[in-house]
Amino acid sequence: MPTLRLVVNGNAYTLDVDPQTSLLTVLRDQLDLTGSKYGCGEGLCGACTVLIDGKAQRSCITRVGSVVQKKVTTIEGLASGDRLHAVQQAFLEESAMQCAYCTSGMIMSAVSLLNANHSPTESEIVDFMDGNVCRCGTYSRIVSAIQRAAKVMAGSPAAKGGSR
Amino acid sequence: MNEKIRAEIPLEPERYELTAVPLYRFDVDRREFFKFLGAGVLVFSVLKHAVAQESGGARRSRGESLPKEIDAWLHIGENGKVTVYTGKVEVGQNIRTSLSQAVAEELHVAIDKIEMVMGDTQLTPFDMGTFGSRTTPTMNLQLRKVAAAARDLLIGVAAAQWQTDRARLIAADGKVSDPQNKRSVEYSVLVKGQQLAHSIPAEVPLIPATDWKVAGQSVRKVDGRDFVTGKHRYPSDQKSPDMLHGKVLRPPFFGASLLSLETQKAEQMGVTVVHDGSFVGVAAPSTQLAESALKAIHAEWKSEAQPSGEELFDYLKKNPETGEDPTGDGDRFETGSIDPALASAEHKLQQSYTVSYIAHVPLEPRAALAKWDGDKLTVWTGTQRPFGVRGELAEAFRMPEEKVRVLMPDTGSGYGGKHTGETAIEAARLARAAKRPVKVVWTREEEFTWAYFRPAGVIDVTSGARNDGTLVAWDFHNYNSGSAGIRTYYEVPNQRIVFHPTKSPLRQGSYRALAATANHFARESHMDELAHAVKMDPLEFRLRNLKNERLRAVFEAGAKQFGWGKPKTKPGQGFGMGGGYEKLGNVATFVEINVDSKSSEVKVVRVVSAFECGAIVNPDNLRNQIEGSNVQGLGGALFEAIQFENGKILNGRMSEYRVPRFSDVPMIETVLLDRKDLPSAGAGECPMVGLAPAIANAIFDASGMRLRSLPLVPDGLKVS
Repeated sequence: MPTLRLVVNGNAYTLDVDPQTSLLTVLRDQLDLTGSKYGCGEGLCGACTVLIDGKAQRSCITRVGSVVQKKVTTIEGLASGDRLHAVQQAFLEESAMQCAYCTSGMIMSAVSLLNANHSPTESEIVDFMDGNVCRCGTYSRIVSAIQRAAKVMAGSPAAKGGSR
Repeated sequence: MNEKIRAEIPLEPERYELTAVPLYRFDVDRREFFKFLGAGVLVFSVLKHAVAQESGGARRSRGESLPKEIDAWLHIGENGKVTVYTGKVEVGQNIRTSLSQAVAEELHVAIDKIEMVMGDTQLTPFDMGTFGSRTTPTMNLQLRKVAAAARDLLIGVAAAQWQTDRARLIAADGKVSDPQNKRSVEYSVLVKGQQLAHSIPAEVPLIPATDWKVAGQSVRKVDGRDFVTGKHRYPSDQKSPDMLHGKVLRPPFFGASLLSLETQKAEQMGVTVVHDGSFVGVAAPSTQLAESALKAIHAEWKSEAQPSGEELFDYLKKNPETGEDPTGDGDRFETGSIDPALASAEHKLQQSYTVSYIAHVPLEPRAALAKWDGDKLTVWTGTQRPFGVRGELAEAFRMPEEKVRVLMPDTGSGYGGKHTGETAIEAARLARAAKRPVKVVWTREEEFTWAYFRPAGVIDVTSGARNDGTLVAWDFHNYNSGSAGIRTYYEVPNQRIVFHPTKSPLRQGSYRALAATANHFARESHMDELAHAVKMDPLEFRLRNLKNERLRAVFEAGAKQFGWGKPKTKPGQGFGMGGGYEKLGNVATFVEINVDSKSSEVKVVRVVSAFECGAIVNPDNLRNQIEGSNVQGLGGALFEAIQFENGKILNGRMSEYRVPRFSDVPMIETVLLDRKDLPSAGAGECPMVGLAPAIANAIFDASGMRLRSLPLVPDGLKVS
């Protein structure tokens, strides 16, 4: 099996893995980063969303071989030590979750959106997030959380944290 | 159905997935608790149904297990830590938080001192399952009593230590105080070295809702941080050293039987292959290898012709479930004399409504990790019925239940869809063969195909009303979908209401709100049709026939917030309402929709839900549940339906089965009626039932088209 070098959350890993394997499987089974979730296997629910070079990607349909030269950030790598990322904090403050199985993917997508657009309108949020499914139906709270995080991040550049 | 379970809670017949679970209880000593939990204070209840199966015989080896003839509910340790044990489980309804609030309220401790141990069959008292919106009316109340009993006990300890009258003492902030003598003592100090056990008294004075300080507040998810950081381990995230990944061979059709099986190639891949009766599965060190091995298995199957979606409703009407009272409920209600009343009614209306099978689509599919230790089995799995799954495992492996431990880590939702233990059994079977722990996580396709569906149904309604809008006759027949919410809350002197169980082409079972969604859809749509027939405003017509004050209150509050009666402001706009009573809650839902004249798409623009479920335990979480019920309900109302043909699901993937997304979500306003004078009820289900009829009625208001099938507009509104 070929050897792959992978950088996840700022840590370098050398792995024996088939490059065709999905990034999600490698994260969960080999690196024990289970915060990224399996939901559909088709890239259509967003539960597996991670950042690749700062942009949201569906790790379930991303082959691990395609990210070797890139920086991968998962939900586990978002906070700076004990300090939560502004988006994580906003999800708590808006109670933007129920079962929270979608939450990692929602937060990673939201971080990607806010990296690119510091003050998205509600319809920009809805358009960007439409590929993330919350079966518990907390969508409007997630929109509020993203708006709250955008405000916090605008006020304090340090709160951005994020894609290392 | 187990008699004990039946006696305690009336179970709706559409909970088809539930099977009898034998209960075993063994004779052991209360002191064992303290060996296990450490010194401190314990509150327990003695089981009414204790059966000393091993009385007089040798004591079984307990290892770490707690005694079971008494149920431990709450323990306060020497470090002041309060541990609460409940068989209820967390699937996103946030009961870990609301139950903690209940304990904090009655025990007078900070909520962060409380740890909830939930859904662990070895540690928690037996619980039938987390469904039917029962947690708040039953478990919340139970834990309040438990915590109040513990508080009472602590006051007693302090009174004894100080040799003073206990009536002088008060408990607050984790302390017992004696204000007159200006002294106080922390609970943690009081319980040091104690081994005090106290059973729950029959009568425990509880703090009235009007005096609540912690309960009644919008406390955030107690362990929310673990979820926004990815730290929480759901069932599918569970791991064990040496663990293998399991995959199960699925037949290509429902009900197929295996003709031949060739597993040699797979076996040569260095994986464990199991063929046992109808079960064929593999376990391998990686999921990829397990998948490859599964593909290397060659199987031939035989199947028989089965009904398809196109003939579904005809099939349901023509295939009654035979046998005497097959569901054991005999759901039939009659009053007055329906036929003469219908014959003499000034307005008579006869209509038929249908609902499709839909899937729960919990974002976390079924998952289980199974581990054998000699003849003992431990399974971590996502189920709303850990004790039920324990029974399923004991039955499948022909072993006593006390050798099986089922643990339920907080799970990625259920919506009534996770009452069964398929993955638990599959993982355990593979683990037994492989002699290593095995995890099975269903794929989305497996979840869509091999779980169970919300029952499809046909509902025939014939009604009669007088010119003045008074209902005189109500004849209501539900075929297959179920009897939850089947009775009408409108005043009608002549009624015949019957649930007709039928054969089902697909495996079916509980779904959030059960058949209350279907029955409310039919009833509240029909009420709207009748209102138009007698030329009355739909709200006025409902109130004319409604005496139930709690239900009237939500209709009136919702109408006020919505602005019912206001004129339309644009073409394509429509207003509608639906409401009802279910699982001790009352809801009235008002919607505004818009029909796009070009795309024919129906968009729900605004929803107002007025809801009342007694004294509110956590207002923000209640709003969250109401919002979520409406969003989830949108799918079943507008576009969700399982398509099937001759034993195959045709749309069993996320790309083929549409669920509500961000862009589907309307503005949702909730109006909460807080009845502090009434017991608290659950809210996970009832808020859903008003939505579908409200949308159907709004579509009629916008377009003049009366839609009587759920989903209403899977392909947009075909304006004729």
